[in-house]
Amino acid sequence: MTGQRLRASDRIFGLLTGAPALLLVLIVLAIGVVLWRESQLSIAAFGFGFWSSSDWDPVAGAFGAFPFIWGTLYSSVLALLIAAPVSIGIAVFLSDICPHRLRPPLIFLTELLAAIPSIVYGLWGIFVLVPLVRTIQESLPEAVRALPLFSGPPVGVSLLAASLVLAVMVIPYTSSMAREVLRAVPGAQRAAAYALGSTRWEATQVALRYARTGIIGAVMLGFGRAIGETMAVTMVIGNNPQASWSLFAPQYTMAAVLANEFKEAVETLHLHALVEIGLVLFVITLAVNGLSRLLIWRMTTTRPRRAPRRQAAREAA
Amino acid sequence: MITRDTRRRALSATMTGLSVASVLVALVPLAFVLFFVVSQGVQALNVEFFTETPRPVGEAGGGMGNAIVGTLILCGLGALVAIPIGILSGVFVVEYPQARLAPLVRFAADTLNGVPSIVIGVFVYAIAVLPFGRFSAMAGGIALGVMMIPIITRTTEELLRLVPRSLREGAPALGATRGRAVMTVVLPAALPGIVTGIMLALARIAGETAPLLFTAFGNRFWSTDLTQPIGALTVQVYAYAISPYADWHRQAWAGALVLVTIILICSLLARLATRRLERMHRR
Repeated sequence: MTGQRLRASDRIFGLLTGAPALLLVLIVLAIGVVLWRESQLSIAAFGFGFWSSSDWDPVAGAFGAFPFIWGTLYSSVLALLIAAPVSIGIAVFLSDICPHRLRPPLIFLTELLAAIPSIVYGLWGIFVLVPLVRTIQESLPEAVRALPLFSGPPVGVSLLAASLVLAVMVIPYTSSMAREVLRAVPGAQRAAAYALGSTRWEATQVALRYARTGIIGAVMLGFGRAIGETMAVTMVIGNNPQASWSLFAPQYTMAAVLANEFKEAVETLHLHALVEIGLVLFVITLAVNGLSRLLIWRMTTTRPRRAPRRQAAREAA
Repeated sequence: MITRDTRRRALSATMTGLSVASVLVALVPLAFVLFFVVSQGVQALNVEFFTETPRPVGEAGGGMGNAIVGTLILCGLGALVAIPIGILSGVFVVEYPQARLAPLVRFAADTLNGVPSIVIGVFVYAIAVLPFGRFSAMAGGIALGVMMIPIITRTTEELLRLVPRSLREGAPALGATRGRAVMTVVLPAALPGIVTGIMLALARIAGETAPLLFTAFGNRFWSTDLTQPIGALTVQVYAYAISPYADWHRQAWAGALVLVTIILICSLLARLATRRLERMHRR
């Protein structure tokens, strides 16, 4: 084959693989553009007030999305407060403590948690978890139930139920990422700690401190998952557009309102308001995931951590 | 007297205990969920469940046969959309690392992977439902395909990188063009792994509900028409789960059992294949 034909064939192959690759990039751009375009009416009509108003009444034409963003952030933060320590515990166990033979089956089981579909968690949530939450609430003493954090009638469907389901659902993601990050800690770190007479926990502390950036990244990855989670949350949170501090109050999330109202939205303004919620959900997850990846990437690629800082100090001097 | 050392050792033991406890905390809900799905699901499962369509309220019996077929059709459509795009972009990223597009493609794949599935549903609604004025199996397939693409791209990329240099460089050394080298040597070497990746991606999208709610929409009747709304196991389970009827609740559990079984078989097969691959590479 002559050089020219070789080059031509190479170019065709480049196009053949480059075109789908470009398409992938375009899909992501298109998601942003389409969501932006389809929410114009709502953006024009309400501006930023959309996110501070709490009045959501599609029939009356009132669209305030504060309860949704509140419920999304509240339930996700609470879920991560539960899931983060557990995930770090799992990661530490699997990387530092676990006997070798036990590791593969345990990893498989934690990953199984991620394989179970959202809808199945939701089904379980409705029929098992929600009654459980109701029982817990009813068994609390009156004095506790008077607190704003626990107030409200015992209905079961609640922010707490949503957070518990979310916690279970993000544990596999956060723990496997934290495990990866802990594995990237150079062996010398732990070895040095042991050489100085550390106990196992002290050596783990050294590793955790070394890996802290990546661990934060792993927790944020879980946060990104929790924010976008739809079905399981929709089924247990109660779908009530009223922001509240109470863990037992039925509330609402951004993803849930999309799942519930999108196909029934007849009014164009209603539809655009929902798409705007989708747009903001998209932007938030983009930011959270981007930051998480950045932190994990920094942790797993930069080995000599001291060197740049010293250099910076020299430059400053 | 409690010495400092005793305290340190006690703290270490406590922390080890907490670490073990956190594993249990994660495994308890897993056992809990699987137990309920199996015990509740088995009760409502019978032949009728696989062969019949849903019955109207008040009429006992019926099944989700149409929804099971619908799920298979939707997954097939998704795979049809995602496999070519996913594999070819994976090849592109590995073969043209110096191209300005390459880092963008990897970034886009990671981004798309993190986009909430409900947002993908809204996006596909705007591009594939609104213009045609109706929900369709096609739109549902596109939504699932969009979700599958980044998974396949990343697995393809990772597995192509595992192909030994000797193989990768051997073909061009013998005078093969880049395309021929990839198609006849590099891709076949990575193929078993890529197939595993596809299986895992299928297992993931088979359980998706949110992107189907306003694309495939669901359908209570038999339908294989790609331009019409189609039933899906997940959507049917959702509709039954939030209904007030005990008989529908039982069917929802049965649907969940079938769904989990399909997904577990897919991931187990994929896992067995990966293990064999890993053993091969270690040699």
